[in-house]
Formats: sequence, C-alpha cells, structure tokens
Amino acid sequence: MRRFLPVLSVLLALVLVWYGAAVKLNAQWEYDQAARAGAAAPEFGQLVALTMAQKSPVLPAPHQVVVGLWQGLTGQAITSKRSLVYHAWVTLSGTLAGFGIGTGLGVLLAAAIVHNRAMDMSVMPWAIASQMVPIVALAPMLAVVMNALGASGAMTKAVISAYLSFFPVVVGMVKGLRSPEVSQLDLLTTYAANKAQVFWKLRLPASMPYFFASLKVGIAAALVGAIVAELNQPVGLGARLLQGSYYSQTVQIWAALFVAASMAAVLVALMARVETRVLLRMGMSR
Amino acid sequence: MKDSFGAPVIVAQNLDLVFQTADGPVQALRDVSLTINKGEFVSFIGPSGCGKTTFLRAIAALEHPTGGALSVNGMTPDEARRKRAYGYVFQAAGLYPWRTIAGNVGLPLEIMGFSKADRMKKIEEVLELVELSGFGNKFPWQLSGGMQQRASIARALAFDADILLMDEPFGALDEIVRDRLNEELLKLWARTGKTIGFVTHSIPEAVYLSTKIVVMSPRPGRITDVIDSPLPKDRPLDIRDTPEFIAVAHRVREGLRAGHGDV
Repeated sequence: MRRFLPVLSVLLALVLVWYGAAVKLNAQWEYDQAARAGAAAPEFGQLVALTMAQKSPVLPAPHQVVVGLWQGLTGQAITSKRSLVYHAWVTLSGTLAGFGIGTGLGVLLAAAIVHNRAMDMSVMPWAIASQMVPIVALAPMLAVVMNALGASGAMTKAVISAYLSFFPVVVGMVKGLRSPEVSQLDLLTTYAANKAQVFWKLRLPASMPYFFASLKVGIAAALVGAIVAELNQPVGLGARLLQGSYYSQTVQIWAALFVAASMAAVLVALMARVETRVLLRMGMSR
Repeated sequence: MKDSFGAPVIVAQNLDLVFQTADGPVQALRDVSLTINKGEFVSFIGPSGCGKTTFLRAIAALEHPTGGALSVNGMTPDEARRKRAYGYVFQAAGLYPWRTIAGNVGLPLEIMGFSKADRMKKIEEVLELVELSGFGNKFPWQLSGGMQQRASIARALAFDADILLMDEPFGALDEIVRDRLNEELLKLWARTGKTIGFVTHSIPEAVYLSTKIVVMSPRPGRITDVIDSPLPKDRPLDIRDTPEFIAVAHRVREGLRAGHGDV
C-alpha cells in the first residue's frame, strides 16, 4: 500500500483535473444550446451534470471513456469490426511484425557499422536523417509506393513500424558492440581470435544490456509506427482514432487511445521482464 | 644461476617504439636491448611511463616497435602471437561475467578449436594449478578479487604456451592477498618451467619473484639496470628478511633513483 499511495494520489489528482477540464471545455456547447432554445443559462450543478453526459463532448469525462472502453472491449464478439479487441489485435500483430523486422535490421546494421569503417561513416548519418522525416508525412507516400508494388496493408504497416523501431536498436547496438574494454579485445588478440569469434564470444554478449534498453524504446516506437500506418487503413487502433475524429466520436478516440497506451505499457513491461531474466542469467546484473 | 636457464626465448636489440599522439611523438622505448632465456622469471620495474608495459605489449605484438629488432621463439612477435606462443595476464582479471569460471578458462581453448573433452580436461588441470578446483561452476562475481585474478592466470595457462606475460597482475590486490599469490606464482613457475615476463611497481614483489630484474626509467623509456638475482630458486616468504634479499632490493632502489636523477 505504501508503494501505491503516491501513485494513487497522483492518479486521483489527474482524474480531478480531467473532470474539471471536461466541465470547462464542454460548457460552451451547453450555453449555446440554452441560448438557441431561448432558455436561461444552466445553473452550475445542472451544467456539471449536462457536461458529463454529452454525446460527442469536446473532452469526454473519465467515466464516459471507461464506459466506452468497456463497451468497445466487451460489447460485441471480439471478432466484430466494432470490437476494440479486434482492432487492438490488428495493431498488435503489425507492431510485432514491424518490431521483429526493425530489430533484426537494426542488429545487422549495427554489426556492419562496427566492423566496417565505410559503413560507420556512411550509414549512421542516414539512419539519423531517416528519423528526422516526420513519419506522418512519410507514411502515406510509403503506402502508395508499397501499394504500387503490390504489397498488402499488413506489409506496409510492418515496414512503417520497422522504420521507426530499427533506429533505437542501431544506436544502442553500435554502442553495445563497442562496449568491451580495450584489454578485453587485446585478450582475444593474444589468442589470435578472428573477427567472427570476437563478435560471437565478446561483442554480442557484452552488448546485451544495451540491446534490451534499445528493445524497450524500439517496441514503443514500433507501436507508434503501426498506429500511424493504420491512419491510411480500414482497421486497427489507428483507423479507429481517425474514424473517431471524422465522426466526432471523441469517446471512441479516447477509448482507442487508452487501449494503445495500455498496450505500449504492457509491451515495454514484458521487455523489461525478459531483460531482467536474461541479464540475471548472464551474470550481468544482480 | 644464469647458466641453469635454456636458450634465448625473447631477444630485443636496440628496440625503439614511438607513439604518435595528438601532442606529437612520444618515445615510449629507446634503445632497449634484452635477452630472456627459457625458464627465466623476469620482472620489469620502474615508475609510470618507463615503458615496462609497452615492452611487454611489444613482446605480445599488441604494440609495434618503430625501430630495432625483437624476436619471440625465433619468430617475429606477430608470428609468435599467431602461433599462440604466450599467455597474457592483464592487470584487471577481465573475466566475462556471463561465463562461469570454467567457461572463462575454456575461452582460449574454444577459440583455438580444442574438442570439448580436451577442454574439460585442461580446465580441470589449470584450475587445480591455481588452486581453484571446485570453483569451475561459479560465476566471477561470486569470487573474491584474488580468486578472480587466479582464474585469469589459469586462463592464460590453459593452452600450454611456454611464455607467460603478466602486466601488474596483482596491482589491484591488497598486500596480504598479494603475498599469497606471489608465493603461489613461484610454485606454479617451478612446476611448469614457463618463461615469465612480469611487470610490477613493487620492489619487494620484483625481488621476491624474479631471477632477473630489469630496472627501467621514463622519458624516454629505457633500461637502466639488469640484475641477475643471487637468490636461490626455492624462496619461502621470509627470504625477504635475509641480507641477500635486502641487498638486491637496495640495488633496485638505487637503479630507480639513478633513472630519475638524470631526467
């Protein structure tokens, strides 16, 4: 309880601020309604009740979001296109595919950068530049190109997701693969070890703490990529967000947002769990 | 004493080594000539910057001399390295945290392509040699600093190189552990008959261990004195209180002082 008390009080404060903001932001609509009907402006108590129950509020109250979330998750079969579970699954599978591709690519690039001077000089600036391009600008173009190439929506999504997630892996792994001390590399030189042996026996194991730190950033980035890609697609949390904003379904937007955020939290926590286990087994943390 | 050793193993003639640094060239070694015979225990002593570590690293082909000649087992240092002529012990034990002690000791054997059965046998052998039998399955963090350094010596011994190069291996350990490891190292040397090159800061350590003490001085790194120790091969720790020991230590100290004086 002692551990959760600070967290709970912060959460409570946030919810209170949220309710306050909901009243404030939704009030204008109620005033306009009253003015249109020629009635007097509602009393404060009345106003609060009204602002909590609008159909498409500017800012839905927390309990509206919770209800929306609950209905989205349980209101229909999970295979239904109206089910948040279905959309979340679509997003999750795209995220994992992109994360897998991005991680693999990131590790390969990092290995090449560490072993090849030309790669070191040329790839890193491009990798950094690639992250300077706003993904929301790039995603539609990529979608068009991928479509012209005959790729499926899922493939496009995986590519965009990988595009975001490879970067932290490259940066982390380059640092990790270079983390062995000079004396550790000298030791292998005295054994006349070849480059492959240095890589597998020293560089790669030594890079594991960096690898996992990168994975945690990478998987969150992959999720963002998947959602952005879905803004151009019919299904997935990204699609739900966009449809919600088209039809002023703010509750739907917030519900999808919360699902996305929880998914990110769970994915990162899972990564952290694997990290602890692996590093413990490798004797690299205690 | 000198006559009881074998043929020359390491021969340096007028060796020069210049590092190119951002502040210009630094002469790490100048005109270093030295012969180390088979089975000798040679210590290199001197203040920081005297080139003792650089010389050891040059023997190991980790640094490359810019002048003069250096041969190891009649080959260039680099050929000797590729033939795995020596085991090298660094100041830090540098054990891989993700490998057990046995795994660490077996690392050179894996790299050199020994079969699993051979590896197991050698690991057992050398762990016994450094008195770490039964610790094979422990991880490095479960061992004390002294035990870790012993494991790193076992790792250097594992592949049966005739030469053992040690760069201040006990520098980071406390005096008591150091004494004990010195004693063990002498025993190990007696049992294996290896040629040992040993870098140290400590005069008592150098005198206690060595059959030959090479005194070096800095700027530029050079040899100022080479002392063939008159002490017997069998050395209990209390030999350090004998007049012979004190005389040798005195000469080393004088050599170090002389090296400093003419800078």
